[in-house]
Amino acid sequence: MQIQRCKGCRDLTREEMLRFRSVETAFQDVSRCYGYYEVRTPTLEYLHLFTSAGTLTPGMLRRVYSFLDWDGWSGERVVLKPDATIPVVRLYTETMGSEASTARFSYVTNSFIFEETGIKPRERWQCGAELIGPGSALADAELVSFACDAVKKMGLNRLELKLSHAGLIRGILSSLGLSHAEQNDIFDRILDGNMTALDSLEAEKPQAVEALKLLLGTKGTSSGFLKNMRALFAAGIPEIQSSLEEFIATIDVVEAMGLNYEIDFTSGKGFEYYTGFIFRLFAEGVNVGGGGRYDRLVGMMSGKDVPAGGFALYIDRLAALINIDGLYIGVSQRVSMDIEPAVMKDATEAADLLRRAGCVVTFAAPGQPDEECGWKVTVRSGVPRFNVFNCGKRETSECESAIEAFATIGCG
Amino acid sequence: MTFRIALPKGRLLPQIAPLLEKAGWGLDDYNEKTRVYRLKSSTMSGLAAKMFQEKDIPIQVAVGNYDIGICGLDWFSEQMVKFPSSSIVKLRELGFGEGSVYAATTPGSFTGGTLSARGEVVRIAGEYPNLAEALALRLRLRRFAVYPLWGSAEAYPPENAEIVLLSRKDPKEIESLGLQLLGKIVESRACLIVNKESLRSKDLSPLLASLNSVIGDAASIEFFTSSLPGSITQVQADLPPADLSVVRLALPDGHQQTHVRRILDAAGINIDDYPSSTGNRRPNISLDGFFIKVIRPQDMPLQISNGNFDLAITGRDWLIDHHHQFPQSPVGELLDLKYGKVRIVAVVANEVPVNTSEELQKFRKKAESPCRIAAEYVNIADNYARVNQLGACRIIPTWGATEAFIPEDADVLIENTETGSTLVKNNLKIIETLFESTACVIGNTRLRENRIQGERISAFVARLKQTMETMP
Repeated sequence: MQIQRCKGCRDLTREEMLRFRSVETAFQDVSRCYGYYEVRTPTLEYLHLFTSAGTLTPGMLRRVYSFLDWDGWSGERVVLKPDATIPVVRLYTETMGSEASTARFSYVTNSFIFEETGIKPRERWQCGAELIGPGSALADAELVSFACDAVKKMGLNRLELKLSHAGLIRGILSSLGLSHAEQNDIFDRILDGNMTALDSLEAEKPQAVEALKLLLGTKGTSSGFLKNMRALFAAGIPEIQSSLEEFIATIDVVEAMGLNYEIDFTSGKGFEYYTGFIFRLFAEGVNVGGGGRYDRLVGMMSGKDVPAGGFALYIDRLAALINIDGLYIGVSQRVSMDIEPAVMKDATEAADLLRRAGCVVTFAAPGQPDEECGWKVTVRSGVPRFNVFNCGKRETSECESAIEAFATIGCG
Repeated sequence: MTFRIALPKGRLLPQIAPLLEKAGWGLDDYNEKTRVYRLKSSTMSGLAAKMFQEKDIPIQVAVGNYDIGICGLDWFSEQMVKFPSSSIVKLRELGFGEGSVYAATTPGSFTGGTLSARGEVVRIAGEYPNLAEALALRLRLRRFAVYPLWGSAEAYPPENAEIVLLSRKDPKEIESLGLQLLGKIVESRACLIVNKESLRSKDLSPLLASLNSVIGDAASIEFFTSSLPGSITQVQADLPPADLSVVRLALPDGHQQTHVRRILDAAGINIDDYPSSTGNRRPNISLDGFFIKVIRPQDMPLQISNGNFDLAITGRDWLIDHHHQFPQSPVGELLDLKYGKVRIVAVVANEVPVNTSEELQKFRKKAESPCRIAAEYVNIADNYARVNQLGACRIIPTWGATEAFIPEDADVLIENTETGSTLVKNNLKIIETLFESTACVIGNTRLRENRIQGERISAFVARLKQTMETMP
């Protein structure tokens, strides 16, 4: 019977790992510059961390990997982490002490969600950041700028931002008299192209439905769009007043930072735990990440109102986009050594020198073909001690010492 | 071409049998009095049917052991709600099999979208653990625990669960149990299910056409009906503190009752209405400071470990199965009652050329497909597969009549046997005796916080022990 990997799970091959590490390193470099500290939360969490209203949608919860732990006789389940942000917020509330303080956390993590076909991955990797404490337009802009810089550091250009605001959408839907659950449901249906969801509501609240259709049907390119909306609807729909002001302030800061953006309310799908500003980031036309403001999450866990926002970048998608040509160590820097055990000391000395200079050195197993290499070195107890063969030029050099062999190869 | 059909025993059989007869399937032995599991058709040469417990059928059809099955919508939904990509499709409802699965709670505990609970966790008990979990998510309960049960769910509220899932004919039956209806989960009408792969690739038309001609139209499935509240907010009930000195004793229902009664009688412990002809689940006992409930013995170890009960009488087999699932569980054996002796054994078909588990391990190394192990004791079976390094395995949970699973539907059984004669009759052989099981008193073995309760438990166990020593 052939042993196979689990359906919906994937291996990362050596090339994919090079890509993965490249994305991760770029993210962490930028993360340090922005003052974010890396944290790591466990793979297993209690299910109830994710079940409270306003965290994950019931649709998501039905697809989590939940089970009883070995000491789960109480009947409460644990899950393979289905989301990265909620555990980081839990970590914050556990360590925050009596006073809320500002925390800048970054992470690289996997998360698990069942996907029926097994074609899309059930295990996903992402790197992200959470800014807990500040709740201003500046905080939103810091997160957007961090996400964009990280993606640029990966060598990707053609960045586009699509910006939305969950509070604004929720304000209009709540003015229609919809409950929290109905708001989520109807908004997701509208975004799936089902505008008939609004028909039954239009007769009762024509102005709110009109505002919603206009917001969803228009892509704004400056805060002027929002100011127009304010002029048209703020008086009739007071529920959206504060969200509009907040969104305009954030847009003004983002614009001043010189970032390219589009106001697109259809980019708010799955907005259950978001409360304010939402963004999606595209690179080379691919959606590579997103985030937003979730001001109620800390309060739901700790009882203390602390604003917070964050974003995640999708490593799997970014890794597929980046160029890794420069990361390969070329054949000319690969050395294979065939060593007689009696002269292991000399061989090790030469290998150390070469590796420190950036070469890849492998010890050849007798009779086994080695990877393609630029140099083959034979180390013997006689004279000369080192026989250095340049595979490209097909030339042999005889060297008496490790230093001489090192100098011949050069690893330049 | 062979058609493999899975048919239920029990509640649906009296209505399915005449339907199949009308459809001309010729399954003459499919009746309530039958003593065989495997049914042959007198009219269709390729038709082979087998009888199962109703809840086994969706699993058997999903794993591809059978092309077609008939079961209640409740068991189909229990499978699909947790495993939506199961390889089964519901084809038709058959228009009979009255009843539904209802969610119910203690009267007065649910008002206006809020549910009173004793602690932070809402406890949901029932024979449908997957529907229970889906219900908790649908109701957006923040913290919940699901107690999967073998039966007797109605006995749990209010002390041992806030919500129970019960299959009953109508809401009146729920109310007659002294419970408040929370809503309907799913109907339990009979339905025809088919394996997806069989539907895609096999010509089942002779069977489907013959059935279609005799069944009428039926309504489509309605799952989590609108009668259920959209969400529930949990509030902690303002209840008087429980008397911690009271010992909560669980006694078994079913065939063990006469044995337990005999021992209690011999110990001079008087107990009213046990066994009960009216289904009373709270009989009175003559001992001061004891409260009794009658529940399924299979459910007792979990109910002790989660703190719902302090003492119980069950089989060691169920205690060991529980410990294989939860190795650090605080529940342990306090006294061997020495009746109901059975051996828990690993079993294969006589034709399999192995006589020990070690030989089975070597034999399975050459196998091309995963080893299918059927058992009521799923955790013992899972442990057996791991300890014996059987490689790729499928544990198939069963609810009785496991001996009929080999050879078509399983390769190995983990089964209990008293004399071994049923196994021999079914052409099976034992390759390992895992352990011997008798009835025993079980309890929480960790330190007790209440001194009086601890003394009551010790005195009860000592009294039964003394009785056992003098009993013939």
